[in-house]
Amino acid sequence: MTNTVVRRVLPPVVLGLVALLVWELGVTLARIQPYLLPAPSAIGKQLAVVFPSLWVAMLATGLNALIGLVVGSLMAIVFALLASRVRVIDHIIAPIVAAIAVVPIVALAPVLTTMFGATSESPRRVIVAIVVFVPVFVNTVRGLRQMLPVHRDLMQAYAASNWQVTRMVTVPGALPYIFTGLNIASSLAVISAVVAEYFGGLQNGLGSRITSAAANSAYPRAWAYVLGAIVLGLIFFTATLAIEKLATRRR
Amino acid sequence: MSAVDVIGVSKSFAVKKATVVALDDVSLTVKAGEFVSLIGPSGCGKSTLLRLIAELDSPTSGSIAVFGKTARQARLDQSYGIVFQSAGLLPWRSIAANIELPLTLHGVSRTARRERVAELVELVGLTEFASSYPEQLSGGMQQRVAIARALAERPGLLLMDEPFGALDEMTRERMQAELVRMCAETAAAVIFVTHSIPEAVFLSDRVVVMSPRPGRIRAVIDIALGDVRGEKLREEESFFAGVTAVREALHGAPESTAATNAARGVDSR
Repeated sequence: MTNTVVRRVLPPVVLGLVALLVWELGVTLARIQPYLLPAPSAIGKQLAVVFPSLWVAMLATGLNALIGLVVGSLMAIVFALLASRVRVIDHIIAPIVAAIAVVPIVALAPVLTTMFGATSESPRRVIVAIVVFVPVFVNTVRGLRQMLPVHRDLMQAYAASNWQVTRMVTVPGALPYIFTGLNIASSLAVISAVVAEYFGGLQNGLGSRITSAAANSAYPRAWAYVLGAIVLGLIFFTATLAIEKLATRRR
Repeated sequence: MSAVDVIGVSKSFAVKKATVVALDDVSLTVKAGEFVSLIGPSGCGKSTLLRLIAELDSPTSGSIAVFGKTARQARLDQSYGIVFQSAGLLPWRSIAANIELPLTLHGVSRTARRERVAELVELVGLTEFASSYPEQLSGGMQQRVAIARALAERPGLLLMDEPFGALDEMTRERMQAELVRMCAETAAAVIFVTHSIPEAVFLSDRVVVMSPRPGRIRAVIDIALGDVRGEKLREEESFFAGVTAVREALHGAPESTAATNAARGVDSR
């Protein structure tokens, strides 16, 4: 047991440490300027210095990502349920989703900032919700259409209502697909919440800290905040995986 | 009252602008408590006939009555239980939860459900697997769960569409013997679709032999082997006589091949 854990955990950890060492040595020996690539030790030092404000920024961005993720996913699942049940709605939604999928939504950030005002968190949350909608919707619709003919016959033989079929067969069967969408969406939520801050508005999140540090040529500090964004993304991703484990163990 | 009355039923499907006649003027009566097998080559419409009785499809013409009601009303009243070739268990529900699915759907109370499930797992010999999940069971055991589920609401009619078709020969013979025992306990009429002649003879009071394109009843053969049917029966002269009778009805010279071709719809084979 411990043996397998060691075998699975040790190699990536060792690889990571080796990479950091090579990075550190490379930067020092080749005298690479900090604005090109700061050394890991310099980033680490900054991390300790800015940690209190990094923590606050992570909470601000994390909350935006979470609200956007929850709202966008719920809307996607509800619309997917409607689309899988009512053909007309499917015909209406499918092209709209295709259109949303190709729009660079973070590019709407300046427009939304004007719309909601520069002191509002709403633009970021709206952006996250829209970005998250597409993968969750597409995967959920696919999952809801996976019903086996034998299950359909069986439920018809039982004279089950549409709602019963949805609750007992379609949704539990679609759960693995829904979670595939949510896994993709969880990382997208953090990325889009960070990037949306690049376009102005409130200066309280990771994205705004990264831009202001870079603007002040404080590159190790910018990298420290990037590290914070990476950690935030990992938290979202693993949390979704954990919820998936809980939900699909016994549907 | 008879369990099933099929009167002059035809069913045709539209396939790529052509019409395939799956059933042509089929009539059949199944008495209460009677075990009737439908046998015939692929495309003879035996599964279609079963689906029409279950009202999973509706006939093009003719009428079907189940316990004197329309097929639709019988389905809404849950007058029959049904078993398909694949068990069709819900993989995320335990064996007990799969068996009680119809009871849950029809609002039976939790305590009543628990009692009925206990009886049913006992009936199909899976008591110790009640809290297992379908993936942990063999194909034969899964099919027993499907039978228990079909019997959950004590239907007077059991419709079975090649329920043992995907099982190996040994499991299959054991399942047949168990089915004979269960039918004796439940007194339900059974309509049993199969490809296997010995299976049909072993189980049935009557074997309905069908012919394809268009699906018609070619012969109905009475199997007088009594109600008690054990493994020994498979080696008895009377059993072989039944097998021979069904085989001859199946493979016997078809009446006037050329003359009926025009009326046979599209011959795709």
